[in-house]
Amino acid sequence: MARPQPTAFQNARLVDPESRYDGPGSLIVSEGVIVDVAKGREFKDLSGDVRVIDCNGAMLAPGLIDLRVKTGEPGAEPKETLKSAAQAAAAGGVTSMVVQPDTDPAIDDPAMVDFILRRARDIELVNVYPAGAATKGLKGQHLAEIGLMRDAGCVFITDADHSIVDSRVFRRILAYAKAFGMLVAHRPADPWLTGDAGATEGDFAARLGIPAAPTAAETIMLERDLALAELTGARLLVDQITCAASLDALKRAKARGVKVHASVSINHLSFNELDIGDYRTFAKLDPPLRSEDDRQALIDALADGLIDVVVSAHAPAPAEDKRLPYAEAAPGSVGLETLLPALLAFHHDDRIPLVDLIRAVTLAPAQLLGLQTGRLSSGAPADLVLCDLGAPVIVDADKLRSKSKNSAFDGRRLQGQVLMTLVDGRVVYRTAD
Amino acid sequence: MTANAPGIDDLRSRTFPFPFRHFLSAGDLNIVQVSELLDLADHFVDFNHRASKKLDLLKGRTVMNLFFEPSTRTQSSFEIAAKRLGADTVNMSPRSSSMTKGETLIDTAVTLNAMQPDILIVRHGSSGAAALLAQKVGCSVVNAGDGQHEHPTQALLDALAMRRAFGSLAGLTVAICGDVAHSRVARSNVAMLSVLGAEVRLVGPPTLIPAGAEHWGVEIHHDMKSGLRGVDVVMMLRLQLERMQGALVPSTREYFRFYGLDRERLSYAASGAKVMHPGPMNRGVEIDSDVADDPAVSLIQNQVEMGVAARMAVLASLAHRLDNA
Repeated sequence: MARPQPTAFQNARLVDPESRYDGPGSLIVSEGVIVDVAKGREFKDLSGDVRVIDCNGAMLAPGLIDLRVKTGEPGAEPKETLKSAAQAAAAGGVTSMVVQPDTDPAIDDPAMVDFILRRARDIELVNVYPAGAATKGLKGQHLAEIGLMRDAGCVFITDADHSIVDSRVFRRILAYAKAFGMLVAHRPADPWLTGDAGATEGDFAARLGIPAAPTAAETIMLERDLALAELTGARLLVDQITCAASLDALKRAKARGVKVHASVSINHLSFNELDIGDYRTFAKLDPPLRSEDDRQALIDALADGLIDVVVSAHAPAPAEDKRLPYAEAAPGSVGLETLLPALLAFHHDDRIPLVDLIRAVTLAPAQLLGLQTGRLSSGAPADLVLCDLGAPVIVDADKLRSKSKNSAFDGRRLQGQVLMTLVDGRVVYRTAD
Repeated sequence: MTANAPGIDDLRSRTFPFPFRHFLSAGDLNIVQVSELLDLADHFVDFNHRASKKLDLLKGRTVMNLFFEPSTRTQSSFEIAAKRLGADTVNMSPRSSSMTKGETLIDTAVTLNAMQPDILIVRHGSSGAAALLAQKVGCSVVNAGDGQHEHPTQALLDALAMRRAFGSLAGLTVAICGDVAHSRVARSNVAMLSVLGAEVRLVGPPTLIPAGAEHWGVEIHHDMKSGLRGVDVVMMLRLQLERMQGALVPSTREYFRFYGLDRERLSYAASGAKVMHPGPMNRGVEIDSDVADDPAVSLIQNQVEMGVAARMAVLASLAHRLDNA
């Protein structure tokens, strides 16, 4: 595809997490990469073949990298296809998304990794990276072909929502993956404690009569994971940390040098357990929503850098899976389009500096995956998002681009409208004027 | 409109109109609303002893019993209540297997809605199912038990039985014993008894008391002796035997040894204490027949009788609201 002409973004608020710069400036994109960045000033005397876009002070930042996106493709296309997910991503300023391997069939061999990459190339919208399964068929028993999947292009390994219960297997995964330099992501949840839980154990869930599990289900397995990461020296990503007790464990592990990182979902930063009141199945998530104290602890941990990455935890579920009694409804919320405006709430509240918020969805995940994106520097890929930080957004689930409309944010008032998204210098999304 | 029922017109003219379109949760009601339902139910208890038991309060109305879980007692109780008020009743027992074959609860609701019922009485195995249906249908919905959540007409009939035995519930101490965690009866009773001014204790092994129940304004006891000491009412709950597989209690014989109600345990309660059980009972598991069948202490048969009257009160109140809508 032909590259568009060079473009200068003038009069922007540049937010670059790599240099921690947040201020006025301009930027030039050409041939798919950032070729020049002017901090605190505008470009003068641009040649005639440069297209100029006046950003009117809108934020220009690296495009978002979302480490946790579920699609229905292959196997459950009515939920979401790679194309519809990519469209939602582009509209949300997400320029790279990591697809979870719990598809049908699972992404547990190099052919499946290749399939996803080929489909993504055909769609030609945003960058799509497959995560490979850690175990064959996500069954938690036999190691998947981690080395071959790495060579085929998978960016980390994980069994997605399936916790790997067998400690011996998990130890082997960590040790084996380390030899291939692969990051291992694991969602800690003791399945014997979680069972069929759809909420966090406590007064509220008990009143509603919803099967619930304690947060200890997470911390028990997290402590095990941290011990095994320490034992093997592997790189571990704690996939969706959700409670204050887990943060304590994480902090202790980091202090003693364990190579551990953590992600948090935007849902757990934005909602608490009371949001499932009246059996609101759109707020039924897995892991379930926690207490307000836990939510506040997560925000603090993001602010002080204990949590590295924020993910959308995009989990499409069609109406027929959600319009059920709470206990039977599928968990999960779509999130690609709401990730950025929801995250900006902490900027508008003066809770977390904008550059740190942007870091958690750009540079931090880029570094975990070894990508060159996530920064505004010459030579970096021109994956960018232009966003009007102050523009109000009322989330209307029916208008989301995802095939499934199950948004926990439906009806929420947010601030931050994506104006334009670029991938490799190509405009892949632009708001209708 | 209340042919052959002198007294009901007077009674209804004194009441505030029932404010809710649905009857979903005991926790929705305040003391005035509960008291008026109990007054009305009280009247129906006496009425039900007459030779002619037919009223026309629901004449022309269609009441649909929609029971996704089998329950002969509750379903019959609702059916009799509706019929005595003059309603046309239909019983439906959709098999849950057909639901899993693609038809959702909401699809069912839409189908039923097209048949224009006036009141839907719903029992379902999932918490919140009645509330979900209520959002999707045009008629009134009565929650006849939803999962582990609530069974508000059971709480109403329990309160009626207690009020007739003691005169008032204010100041009574009620111990709800056994499998509280999985009991919708317990949740509805905690809410309603608290509204009526009774003190509530929850008694059972830690594995059967829900986490967080300490915030419900109740005392929690894991020992029957301390839990029953001085109480006026001992409300036993059914131990659902399938819970045995979940390793929540070691065995039925151990359960009876520590948490079953027999004469000796009952002796810790206040003199004149009454025993209740929502049924069906596991004799020799949570309750000894000697206690259950003793008319001097057991209100268990009264509860069944109160069930029809309490449900008549709920249906009549909802219909009255429909008439005046």
